[in-house]
Amino acid sequence: MTGMIIEGKTAKWEIVCGLEIHCQIISKSKMFSGASTHYGSDANENVSFIDAGMPGMLPTLNEQCVRQAIKTGLGLNAKINKYSEFARKNYFYADLPQGYQISQFKYPIVGEGFVKIDLEDGSSKNIGIERLHIEQDAGKSIHDISPTKSFIDLNRAGVGLMEIVTKPDFRSPEEAGAFLRELRSIVRYLGTCDGNMDEGSMRCDVNVSVRKVGEEGFRTRNEMKNVNSVKFVMQAIESEARRHVETYENGGTIEQETRQFDPATGKTKVMRKKEFAHDYRYFPEPDLLPLVLDDAMIEEIKAEMVELPDAKKARFVHDLGLTPYDASVLCESRETAEWFEKAAYGHDAKKVANWMMGDFFAMLNEKKITLEESPISPENLGKLVDLITSNVINGKTAKDVFEIMAETGDSPDKIVEERGLKQVTDTAAIEAVIDEVIAANPDNVAAYRGGKVALMGWFVGQVMKASKGKANPGMVNELLKKKLS
Amino acid sequence: MAIDKETVRRIAFLSRLRVEDDKIEAVENEFNKILNWVEQLKEVDTESVEPLISVNENHLILRKDEVTEGNQAEAVLANAPMKEYGYFAVPKVVE
Repeated sequence: MTGMIIEGKTAKWEIVCGLEIHCQIISKSKMFSGASTHYGSDANENVSFIDAGMPGMLPTLNEQCVRQAIKTGLGLNAKINKYSEFARKNYFYADLPQGYQISQFKYPIVGEGFVKIDLEDGSSKNIGIERLHIEQDAGKSIHDISPTKSFIDLNRAGVGLMEIVTKPDFRSPEEAGAFLRELRSIVRYLGTCDGNMDEGSMRCDVNVSVRKVGEEGFRTRNEMKNVNSVKFVMQAIESEARRHVETYENGGTIEQETRQFDPATGKTKVMRKKEFAHDYRYFPEPDLLPLVLDDAMIEEIKAEMVELPDAKKARFVHDLGLTPYDASVLCESRETAEWFEKAAYGHDAKKVANWMMGDFFAMLNEKKITLEESPISPENLGKLVDLITSNVINGKTAKDVFEIMAETGDSPDKIVEERGLKQVTDTAAIEAVIDEVIAANPDNVAAYRGGKVALMGWFVGQVMKASKGKANPGMVNELLKKKLS
Repeated sequence: MAIDKETVRRIAFLSRLRVEDDKIEAVENEFNKILNWVEQLKEVDTESVEPLISVNENHLILRKDEVTEGNQAEAVLANAPMKEYGYFAVPKVVE
């Protein structure tokens, strides 16, 4: 049970939440026109007369958008509908030049599926997918250039979107957060959407209601549009659920309305009441015939599927002995997971994982560089771990070698060789250093022998210092104990 | 099914059409005429007939993912009543 229970004055309440996620499809051209999807071009440069809603222009469907939707559907373990239809969703807004959005309504391209999420307490849960349908994006309104006008850029108008609708399966903000991260990983692994919520290529609408624990059915839900980070989605769910509980317990009722989450206050406020709610008057799109997929195309896409984060995680746990938590951190992005695999196979994978999540990520952060820009290659990190596990260098020297690798990009073998950093594991050599330390500190030797055993640490430090950090600390400990007793 | 004046006003609002009060009744009558005609069509027995989506029996043809259009902002904006800095300009829209 990972659900969140809100303790009210009169009852215990549970959260019921579902998400609708819009994912911008990665394709070169738009869904229904040959204009570019490139982000960051000059205003209205990537616009065809179809995107601009000019009369008489007819849409033609981009094959890549269809393939990407199928691929994503397969990644969601969902049913691919070989027959689907387009529909017009009618509404007026300045950045929607056609006056309608071409979408799918009754017959979406992808039907029911599920996504497995892993939670912090080690449990996992399947979240049901209701459907995935494809539609076109609207243009962008810019309100902050002029005080009296809004400016419209249609470069985004017509870019392909996948709208993914979940079942109302979330019982806590944590579950919704885990789902969004998992979904983002899936689309990124598949290369169907870049999943950047802060840039708007993945946008989330949140539906929330509450009910008493044990109560059947659903109460009225409220929708919050365009919540643009995982953290805000989680905050929005909690604050909205608490508002519902408070309202019910004070004898009030919840009206169906569209609300907006304000990150500054952490609260939601009403955006649109039901009486002004949109009435989209969907009807079948007369300019597009039904979309019928053949088996060959679906099979081809199945063959192109890559290993998804969930399968990768399981492999890292079973084959490489990682903890589920470490595996999920390393699998969140495909690039990180692949880098790790290159470094880990054939080496002590658990140690590689620790180095990667510790010093390595810290180094990337500090240098403000990406994984691809790393001066340390995965092969060299694997070699560094080998040098430690085979006792060629000790842990402390390894940290120094790592720093040098980050500066020079050299292989650890070369650094150890050139700088004479090999660990001293020769008993006679270590004993010689110990004898020197003992001879130079007769007072402390006497104190130790008199019962001040805490001085052992100090002796180890002295010996390590005298060996320039190269002595094997385990051996130093052992030999010191023998000599001092 | 019959249309009342309130529905006429709502449809006009959703369609962003201005219908003056003294025209509402006329529009209401027009709507009802159309609906009566559709009612009449319902008399035909369509029990075993699949809904017709299109008279064209082909399926949708897909287009290759290639950039073939664009770089014509001037032409796209040519008919805009207001434009500034390469954008369409409209009266301020704030939700």
